[in-house]
Amino acid sequence: MKRTFDIVVVGAGPAGLAAATAAARAGRRVAVIDENARVGGQIWRAGVGKPHASSARDRAIAEFDASGAELFAGREVVDAGAPRELRAWIDAAQKRETFAFVQLIVATGARERFLPFPGWTLPGVFGAGGLQALMRSGYSVRGKRVVVAGTGPLLLAVAAHLKQDGAQIVSINEQAPMGRLAKFGAGLLLRPAKIFQGVGLRAALAGIPYRTGCWPIDAEGSERLTAVRLSNGRRIWAERCDLLACGFHLTPNTELAALLGCAIDEGVVQVDSNQQTSIAGIYCAGESTGVAGVDSAMLQGEIAGLAAAGLRQKATRLYSKRDAEGAFGRAMNRAFALRHEVLSLAKPDTIVCRCEDVTFSELQAQASPHSGWTDAKLQTRCGMGSCQGRVCGQSLEAIFGWRNRSIRPPLFPIPVAAMCSAPLNENEDSIPVSQETSR
Amino acid sequence: MPDAVGPAAKFITVTVNGRPVTLPEGSTVAAAMMNANVPCRISESGEPRGPLCGMGICFECRALVDGVPHRRTCQVVCQAGMTVETQG
Repeated sequence: MKRTFDIVVVGAGPAGLAAATAAARAGRRVAVIDENARVGGQIWRAGVGKPHASSARDRAIAEFDASGAELFAGREVVDAGAPRELRAWIDAAQKRETFAFVQLIVATGARERFLPFPGWTLPGVFGAGGLQALMRSGYSVRGKRVVVAGTGPLLLAVAAHLKQDGAQIVSINEQAPMGRLAKFGAGLLLRPAKIFQGVGLRAALAGIPYRTGCWPIDAEGSERLTAVRLSNGRRIWAERCDLLACGFHLTPNTELAALLGCAIDEGVVQVDSNQQTSIAGIYCAGESTGVAGVDSAMLQGEIAGLAAAGLRQKATRLYSKRDAEGAFGRAMNRAFALRHEVLSLAKPDTIVCRCEDVTFSELQAQASPHSGWTDAKLQTRCGMGSCQGRVCGQSLEAIFGWRNRSIRPPLFPIPVAAMCSAPLNENEDSIPVSQETSR
Repeated sequence: MPDAVGPAAKFITVTVNGRPVTLPEGSTVAAAMMNANVPCRISESGEPRGPLCGMGICFECRALVDGVPHRRTCQVVCQAGMTVETQG
């Protein structure tokens, strides 16, 4: 059995929900596939037993629920299979499914960018968004001393949420210099709604040191993290802590678009004014087209949904708002650009590829003008583990300029038997995850 | 200050490396392992590892769930009576 839809949307974050809602309202038969058990993506991830306090989220989900679009949660898209088809893997049921479509909207979002530094593999060191996601998934941070470090607006939001849940925030350390942030802040003056978000965070974080131009040097501890050393370029000091929340802004998830053959430049999926990629009938919306935040994602999603449903005239009315959000995103990404110091934190024995435990010195030996990601993979196994280079690939692109250009199925590791199972009866005995039970 | 878990949350118990761990219904296995203070897996070179990304990307939280290896525990919701072990 195969499921067939007019439009398939991959990703149920702000962009995917907006796209699906717009297309379903236009009368199209729409499916949304998402790997998580619940809709909302990463930014709208609900806490265990606690609603997510966001009116934009509540409204988007209510509109999606009422739109008639069907949700297929807990599924990971692993392969394209035949043209105009996607194969998904249900990890909980260990089953495979096929979705056929006329048009596809890729809304796969972004992930945190990580950079290797000594001690970053110690238990107790997390991504910034990573720690927030784990906290919302039931990890208790009450009473824990947390240092927040790295770069990006996410650091402030994460610190505020950790504090709300009882953590003691030692300090927030933003690598970007004050001058660059001030310039970005001046741009924000033209955007009252975004300032309000910032002011709210500032109040929640009263009394916590927010340092700019500071970055982590290393994480200390034997079996567990005990302290973080920080630097401002002039001196180095240590701060005792139980947890380090450290992320270096976001990087677009482009794997699915790349697998489908969509043009990608400078790490972002290329789209036209209607969010259509270089391949007719395949659209891309949200952070995969460049990190620009939730408002941009929702507008791009709506445009993609309308365009895919044939309502191009209606979509054009959203262009100017979408373009303004894009400009905001580009200004934000300039403000939080990485300083060279954070690209050279790894020591020779620092593990860079966490799946295969490949050290920085092993990779440095591969760094020559003619070398690249493929050479490094073949020589060191870097990027050949389970994450398929999703973590170390971004680090090495930032450090050496290596870019992973070969994306092959499956997009996520799945059992060999799953790849070989007969396609005609793949859905037999599968556990249905209905809309009601999966939210 | 409100906690991550509302007062109405129900609790369930899972077994992590042989010991019972009680946590709110809807929590992930990664959260159970972190609350129990045990690593999810032991790396190629023998280091203890725990979750990094919290969103199913990094694969550092892989562990044995009910005997099935390589489950990404940050993506697996706890069920009462589940048995979880650090993956060696």
